[in-house]
Amino acid sequence: MSAGTRASPLPRRVAARPHAGFAAALLHRLSGIALALFLPMHFIALGTALQGADRLESFLGLTHNGFVRTAEWGLVSALALHMVLGLRVLALEWFATAERTALIVSTCVATALAVGLLFLLGGA
Amino acid sequence: MNAPFPAPSPTESTVDAAPGAMLTVRIRRDGGFQAFTVARRPAQTVLDVVTEIQREQDPTLAYRFACRVGMCGSCAMMVNGRPRWTCRTRVAAVAEGDGLTLEPLRNLPVVKDLAVDMEPFFAKWTAAHGAFEPGAVPADDFAVVAPESPERRAVDAGIECINCGVCYAACDVVAWNPDYLGPAALNRAWTLVNDVRDRGQDARLAAVSGDAGCQSCHTHMSCTEHCPKALAPTFAIAGLKRATARAALKRFGAQAFRGPSGRRPS
Repeated sequence: MSAGTRASPLPRRVAARPHAGFAAALLHRLSGIALALFLPMHFIALGTALQGADRLESFLGLTHNGFVRTAEWGLVSALALHMVLGLRVLALEWFATAERTALIVSTCVATALAVGLLFLLGGA
Repeated sequence: MNAPFPAPSPTESTVDAAPGAMLTVRIRRDGGFQAFTVARRPAQTVLDVVTEIQREQDPTLAYRFACRVGMCGSCAMMVNGRPRWTCRTRVAAVAEGDGLTLEPLRNLPVVKDLAVDMEPFFAKWTAAHGAFEPGAVPADDFAVVAPESPERRAVDAGIECINCGVCYAACDVVAWNPDYLGPAALNRAWTLVNDVRDRGQDARLAAVSGDAGCQSCHTHMSCTEHCPKALAPTFAIAGLKRATARAALKRFGAQAFRGPSGRRPS
């Protein structure tokens, strides 16, 4: 196809327009990283229980801090987002369901925000 | 058409511009953009615009086309940031205001102006074992393949690919990992995985696995959304993921139950 002509290697010169599928993969990855970073802290919290109820209670006292509570809300939202986006990928890959990507991804994000809101309303 | 995905762009306007209207066309060449002005015409395609510029304004403009009717797959380029086949793309459907921005296909090296080198694209087709493998010994008789069988329907869903490279240009994973085989090659491999006559399945499944293979797909759906033939390479790649997983489980099971030497443990 190159007809003997040397082509210049410029494979990334053109940026594609951002789209919903890309946003879904990005959010899935970022929420996954957030959850992975949270896990060690979660295990540390559980580990304090081995040293007695008082240690656990004093550690849980940290959760009254405003920053930690905001982070908890973010984590719950990230967990919900990671789950619904994962279900989307499973549906696509196992059932070959044709989708309106922008609508489905928007619904996933809305669901995650709703779960986060429920967490806040639940007296977190 | 047996494609499982509906034809794209139902919401795009196809209303032609008023008589006498002009179109400003920006074409990426020589590291920058060059602007041309072309008259709007009824039912004008993007390929018509490029041809008019090349024949009447700048004969040095390089681009590629052959059939002009959506069969050969040679005229694809980036139109306003999206990969499209230009012979079947009307200006009225894609012009933004009175402007059109044309660039060579993404993810492929440029030969000149709007013509790209398709060599890497076809090399990956070969690397994915995209050719039918009849086996060492010819079959005794014709294979009977029922049109309604699941395998034949899976083949039908992906067989209409015309190698235009639109999906390859739309794919973000190719942009990140130049070794990634890409949607077209993997779609072709999936049609052959479902070909009951083919005798090269183990090698094909090994070729489409790994960092450059089907497992790298992030399910962005870009290929499926941009395919001008309304094929769904995303689903073909998902099929390959299932097939390669099954093959790996079989290998694992064979090793666990028969041992590495292939004999059952006593």
